[in-house]
Amino acid sequence: MTETTGTTGTTGTTGTTGTAGTAGTAQAGDGRERVGFFTDTSVCIGCKACEVACKEWNAIPEDGLSLTGMSYDNTQALGASTWRHVAFIEQPARPAPEGRTQLPLADGPPEPPPADGEFRWLMSSDVCKHCTHAACLDVCPTGSLFRTEFGTVVVQEDICNGCGYCVPACPYGVIEQRPADGRVFKCTMCYDRLGAGQEPACAKACPTESIQFGPLDELRERAALRVDQLHEAGVSDARLYGHDPDDGVGGDGAFFLLLDEPEVYGLPPKPRVTTRDLPAMWKHAGAAALSLLGTAALSFVLPALARRKRTS
Amino acid sequence: MGVRKRLQDWPVYRQLTGADPLGRGSAVTSARTQQLRPRTETADRVARSVCPYCAVGCGQQVYVKDDKVVQIEGDPDSPISRGRLCPKGSATLQLTTGDARLHQVLHRRPYGTEWEPLDLETAMDMVADRVVETRRRTWEWEHEGLRTARTLGIASLGGATLDNEENYLIKKLLTGLGVVQVENQARVCHSSTVAGLGTSFGRGGATTFMQDLQHADCVVIQGSNFAECHPVGFQWVMEAKARGARIINVDPRFTRTSALADLHVPLRAGTDIAFLGGIINHVLTEEKDFREYVLHYTNAAALVGEDFRDTEDLDGVFSGFDEDKHHYDPHSWQYEGVEVQQPTGEADEQYEDRVRKAAGPEAHGSGGARTGRRAPSDETLQHPRCVYQVLKRHYARYTPELVEDVCGVPRETFLRVCDELTSSSGRERTSAFVYAVGWTQHSVGSQYIRAASILQLLLGNIGRPGGGIQALRGHASIQGSSDIPTLFNLLPGYLPMPYAHENETFDDLITASRTDKGFWGNMRAYFVSLLKAYYGDAATPENDFCFDHLPRLTGSHSTYDTVLAQLDGVCKGYFLMGENPAVGSANTRLQRLGMAQLEWLVVRDFSLIESATWWQDGPEIENGELRTEEIGTEVFFFPAAAHTEKSGSFTNTNRWVQWHHAAVEPEGDARSDLWFMYHLGRRIKERLAGSTDPMDRPVQDLTWDYPVDGPLREPQAASVLGEINGHAADGSPLSAYTELKDDGSTRCGCWIYCGVYADGVNQAARRKPESEQDWVAAEWAWAWPANRRILYNRASAAPDGTPWSERKAYVWWDEAEGKWTGHDVPDFVPDRAPGHVPDPDATGPDALRGDDPFIMQADGKGWLYAPAGLEDGPLPTHYEPQDSPFRNALHPSTTRNPARQLLPHEGNRHHPSGDEQGSDVFPYIVTTYRLTEHFTAGGMSRWSPYLAELQPEFFCEISPELAAERGLTHTGWATIVTARGAVEARVLVTGRIRPLTVRGRTVHQIGLPFHWGPNGLSKGDAANELVAITLDPNAHIQEDKALTADIRPGRRPRGPELPRLLAEYRTRAGITAATGTETRT
Repeated sequence: MTETTGTTGTTGTTGTTGTAGTAGTAQAGDGRERVGFFTDTSVCIGCKACEVACKEWNAIPEDGLSLTGMSYDNTQALGASTWRHVAFIEQPARPAPEGRTQLPLADGPPEPPPADGEFRWLMSSDVCKHCTHAACLDVCPTGSLFRTEFGTVVVQEDICNGCGYCVPACPYGVIEQRPADGRVFKCTMCYDRLGAGQEPACAKACPTESIQFGPLDELRERAALRVDQLHEAGVSDARLYGHDPDDGVGGDGAFFLLLDEPEVYGLPPKPRVTTRDLPAMWKHAGAAALSLLGTAALSFVLPALARRKRTS
Repeated sequence: MGVRKRLQDWPVYRQLTGADPLGRGSAVTSARTQQLRPRTETADRVARSVCPYCAVGCGQQVYVKDDKVVQIEGDPDSPISRGRLCPKGSATLQLTTGDARLHQVLHRRPYGTEWEPLDLETAMDMVADRVVETRRRTWEWEHEGLRTARTLGIASLGGATLDNEENYLIKKLLTGLGVVQVENQARVCHSSTVAGLGTSFGRGGATTFMQDLQHADCVVIQGSNFAECHPVGFQWVMEAKARGARIINVDPRFTRTSALADLHVPLRAGTDIAFLGGIINHVLTEEKDFREYVLHYTNAAALVGEDFRDTEDLDGVFSGFDEDKHHYDPHSWQYEGVEVQQPTGEADEQYEDRVRKAAGPEAHGSGGARTGRRAPSDETLQHPRCVYQVLKRHYARYTPELVEDVCGVPRETFLRVCDELTSSSGRERTSAFVYAVGWTQHSVGSQYIRAASILQLLLGNIGRPGGGIQALRGHASIQGSSDIPTLFNLLPGYLPMPYAHENETFDDLITASRTDKGFWGNMRAYFVSLLKAYYGDAATPENDFCFDHLPRLTGSHSTYDTVLAQLDGVCKGYFLMGENPAVGSANTRLQRLGMAQLEWLVVRDFSLIESATWWQDGPEIENGELRTEEIGTEVFFFPAAAHTEKSGSFTNTNRWVQWHHAAVEPEGDARSDLWFMYHLGRRIKERLAGSTDPMDRPVQDLTWDYPVDGPLREPQAASVLGEINGHAADGSPLSAYTELKDDGSTRCGCWIYCGVYADGVNQAARRKPESEQDWVAAEWAWAWPANRRILYNRASAAPDGTPWSERKAYVWWDEAEGKWTGHDVPDFVPDRAPGHVPDPDATGPDALRGDDPFIMQADGKGWLYAPAGLEDGPLPTHYEPQDSPFRNALHPSTTRNPARQLLPHEGNRHHPSGDEQGSDVFPYIVTTYRLTEHFTAGGMSRWSPYLAELQPEFFCEISPELAAERGLTHTGWATIVTARGAVEARVLVTGRIRPLTVRGRTVHQIGLPFHWGPNGLSKGDAANELVAITLDPNAHIQEDKALTADIRPGRRPRGPELPRLLAEYRTRAGITAATGTETRT
C-alpha cells in the first residue's frame, strides 16, 4: 500500500469536511452528495471506449496520430485534448531480452515481473482526480476553475484566460493548456450531464464496469469490498489508490484499484497538493503584515508617546 | 430591476453575500455554466437504434435536435449491452455525422483520371442501363448442356453491414435477374460456421445468446479475441468470472482477452483441431463424457456403414477420395443401410442418388440404402462400427504428447485445460465455447467448428444454460445476411440454391434436399412459400411455382471464384455494397486486378474506400503495374445512408432480430441500400416491361410493389419485413413457420423469420427493458426461430423431461399441462411427450421422438459423426495449413486438407511447406486479426479521427527473440514477404508473442492486424496483400489465420522494385504453379 497518511500539513481538514485554508477543498453543495469515479483496473479490458465516449460527448479535438510503441497506448497521457487515457503495461514473465524497448510508463526502473511469474498486461483508465484539496483551483486567479455542487472540479472555458497557473499546480500533471488556444481543458466529470441526473459518458460506455460512477462514499465502500474479494481470490497485488481522505490531496474524487505500484501506471506514489503551504504562507504573510503594521503603528505611537512625555 | 439583477449576478457580490465567501464555488460560475444543460436533455427526440459495427447488437439511443443527430449513446434498456458501448460504438456520432462522409454521387469515366460529380437520378439510370445491357450480352441459357438461365456477367459483394430488408431485396432482385454471384462478408468471415454448426446440430447459428454466458462454469475462448473484438459482449464473460467461472483463452497471442482470463494457452496458429482432438481423446479415454446425454441426444450409438474407412486406415484420407479431382464421394460415410440428408451442408452431393431412387420402385433395390428409417444402433456403444467407437479410434493418436508436439502446448498445460473443462461439465455444471474467425478462416475451417461441436456434445453442453457454442460474428447483420442471404449457394432460410441438373423439376430438388424426419421434412412448404413471395401470382402449381425462374449453379461461385471470373473477363459488372475487398479479402492484389478488368463497378459506401479508388491511387498504380489512363473500368460511387438514416433490422450474432428506427433523413445523395435496390429494380422492370424475350420473364414476374415514403420515396422497410415474415392467402401476417403450406396458399420470404411480424406487429422492434425481464429477455426484439434464445433446449432436460439438475433447469416437460415449458420458448414440438415413440411410417416433424432434441436433423440427434453434408470428411482431422513450416505429424503423406479448394493463378502462388525444398525462405508463421479500435477493412473506422488516433498505423507484433534473430527494432520498420505480396509495418516487439517449441524446433509467429489500406486518416499496407486464396471446400472461406512468411528489417521497396523483390523470393523458394497444390506427397 502506498504511504498516504500524514502528508498534508496544509489545512488540517480531512475528507469532504474541509473548511478554509485551501479553499479548493471538496464539498458538495446544495445538499448533494459528493460524487466520483472508482476505476477498477482489475476488470479493464483496455478497449478505450472511455476515451472515445469522452471525446464524443465533450467534442474534444483529435490529439495526434502517432504510433508510440508504448504497447497499445497511442494516447500517451492526459492533456487538454485527452481527458481519459488508458495506460497499457506489459509485464514480461522473463527478463527482457536485448533490443527490447522498455515499456512504457514513466521514469522509474523497469517493472519487476509479477510474483507468480506469469505474463501480465495491465490496463488502466486514468482521469482527472477531482482532488479533495485541489491546487488548480487554489491558484486560479480568474474563478474559471470552480468546485461544483457535486464536489468536482471544473474549468469554465468562457472564463479561463489561459494564464496557466493551474498547470504546474496539479500534482498529477492532468491539466494542460491547448496549444493554439491557450486555455486549459480537463475532465469535467461531465458536469452538464450530472446536472441532469445523468452519469458521465465514460462510465456509461465502459463495457465491463471498470469505470464506476456514483456517490464517493458508496464507491469507497464498494472498492474496499472489491479489494478484499481480490485478496481472497489470491490477487495479493490489489490495492487502492487515491481513496484515502488522509492522503496528500485529501483523497481523490476519482480513485483506483490497481494491481501494482502506482508508478507502474504512471501515477505519483505520494501526491501532495502543491498549495499545501498556502495556509502557512498566509499565516506567515499575515504575521509579517501584522508586524509590519505594528511596526508602522509603533513608529507613530512611540514618537507620539515620547512627545506626550515631553509635553507633559 | 435590471441594475439589481446585474448586481446580484456580479461574482464579487455573490461571493460576499452567498455561501461561497472564498469564491471557488457557486460564486464564480458564469452565466454559461449556470445555463449548461446536456444535449441529451435538450434533444427534440430520441430514436431507438442498434450499433452498426460488430454483431453483438448493442442498443443505441440516437438524440436528434433540429433534425440533426447530436448524440449517440448506449441504450440502458438493452438486455444485451445494458447501455454500454465499445470505442467504435462510442464513435458512432463521428461515423454518421463526421465530415469524412461524402454526400455526392461520383463518376469515373472509362480511362478517366479524375472523379466527376454526377446527378443521382442520372447515375441510377446509367446503372440500370448497364445492368440490362450486360445481362443481355452475357446471358447463358445453358452450361455444358444443362439449363442454367443466368448471367455470370454481373456480381455483387456486400450485405453484412446492411439491414435484413436490404439483403432481401438484393438477393431477390439479383436472383430475378439471373445473377448468381451474390456474396457478402459472411463468406469471408463465418461461412464455415454454417457448415460446422449446421451439420452438427441442424442450424448454422450460434446455439446460445450473449447474456447466458454468465451462467457458464467454464468459458473456453479459442479462435476468438472476445474482449477486443466484441468488448460489450465480453461483459457477460466478466459476469461469469465474477460468479466464479474459469476463463480459458487459447490463442497464439496474449491478447486483451488473455489479460482477463484465468489461463492463457499459446498455441501454434492452425493447429486447433489437434488441440481439440486431444481433448476429445481425453474425454473418451477417461470416460468423462456425459454418458446419458451422449446416448440419448447424439448419434454415438448409430452404426456407420461397412464401407467407411477412416483417415487412420487410409493415411490421412477418408474412404471415397478421388485423388485426381481432390474430391470425396461421401456415400461410404453414411449410416448402415440408411441414407440421411443434411440440408445445411452440401445437399447437392446426394442429388443424383436421391432423385434416381425416388424415380421408381426399381430404384429401391435390395440392399440399397433407405431414407426415413432409423439407423441400426448399439446402445452399449461397444460395436466397432458405432459412432462412439469410430470416434474413439479416430482420435486415439491425439494424445497430450501429440498436442505438445504439434501445437507447441506443454502437455501439463493441455491437461490443465482438459481438467478445467471436464470438471465444469455434466449434470450440475456447464461450459461454453466461444470462437470467431480464428477458427473459421482456415482451409479446414468448418472442421474446426465441428471439433468443438463434437466436444460440446460429448460433454453434454449443448442446449443448456451456461453451455453451448457462441459464434462471435463481426458485422451488424452478418448473421442476417446469412439467414436472408446474399450468398451464392443459399436462398432465404438456408434453402439450397439449385444446381444445374438434367431435366430438374422442383420436386426433384426437394426430394434431393429435404430430410425425411424433422422440420427439414417440410422443406417443400418453405420453398413454395418463398417462390410465392418472389413471383407472386405468377407462381402456380402448374408451373412448379416458377422454379425455372431461378438461375442454376455450376460449382462454386463464391466471391473468390468471382475474382477469377473478373480476371478472365467473364464477370463484367460488380456491385460493392458496404464491403472493401481491396483491403478485406484475401490476396488484395488479385481483387484489384480483377476490378481493373471490369466494364463497370458500383461502390456504395460512406467514404472513398480503397475499393473505390484503386484505379487512381492503388498500390498497382504506385508500383507501375497499372496505369490509370489504361484502365477501362467505369466506376460509380454512391454515398450510402447510415443506420441512423434508415429503418430496418439487424440480426445479431445470436439470431436476435433487432429493429432500428430512422432518426433523420440522409443528406445530399446519400440513400439507403433499400432505396438503391428498390429504385434500381423499378427502373430495370420498367425497361423490360414490354420485352417478349423469355430471359426477361423472371424479372417481369418478380413482385416489386413496396410502398414508398416521403420526398425521397424511401421504400417502407417494414413492408419488406412483412414480406419476409410471410402472409396467408387472405393477406394476414403469418405467426409461425408451422403455418406454411406447400400448395401456394402462403407466401413467406424467409421461413425461419416467420413470426417476426406475427399479429401484424413488428416483433423485432420490441423493447421491454432488461430490468423488467429475466436474462432470456423474451420480449426484447425477436430471435429466429420462433423467438427461441437457446437452441436445442429440449436437451436441457433429461430424456424423461425433467431438468438435468435444478441448477441448470431451463426447459422441461409439464406433465399436467401436457407441454414443454420453462424460461425459453421450447425448441421442440410443444406437446410432444418425452417418451413419445412415433409411428414407423411418420415423416417430417411427426417422426421426431420425444427425446430427439435436434429437430432439424435427419435423425433428431446431435452429430458426433457427420454422415452427410460435408465435403472433407465426417470427422475433423488435423491437417496443416496450406502454407506451413511443418509436415503433418499425424499423416505425413497428407499434409494438407486433401479436399481443400485451390484457385491456381499466377498471382496466387503457394509456398513450399514442412521439409520441402525452399520452405525455409518463408520460415515464420503469420496470423491476421482485428483490433478493438478498428473495424474490419477500415471503411467505418480509419476515417474517424477518434478511432484513428487510438491505432494510427499498421504494425506487426513479434517476440523479442524474433526481433533479435532478424535484427528488428521496436517501432522501426519491417517488411513481411510472401509469394503473393510484401507489406511494410511498424514493429512492436512484445512479450505477448512467445516463440513456441514445435516438433523440436523453435517457431516464431508474427501478428498482423488487417485493417489498413492507403486511404483514410489511419493508413498502412493491407495484411491481405500477403494472403493466398486457399479455401475450405465446404464454405469457400479463405485461410488467413495461418500462413508462412519472411520478415526483414526496413521498409518495402517502391515502384517496380516491389514486384522484383517478390519474384526474387519466389525464385529462391523454387515456387512454381505446382508448389503446394499436390494432394499427397
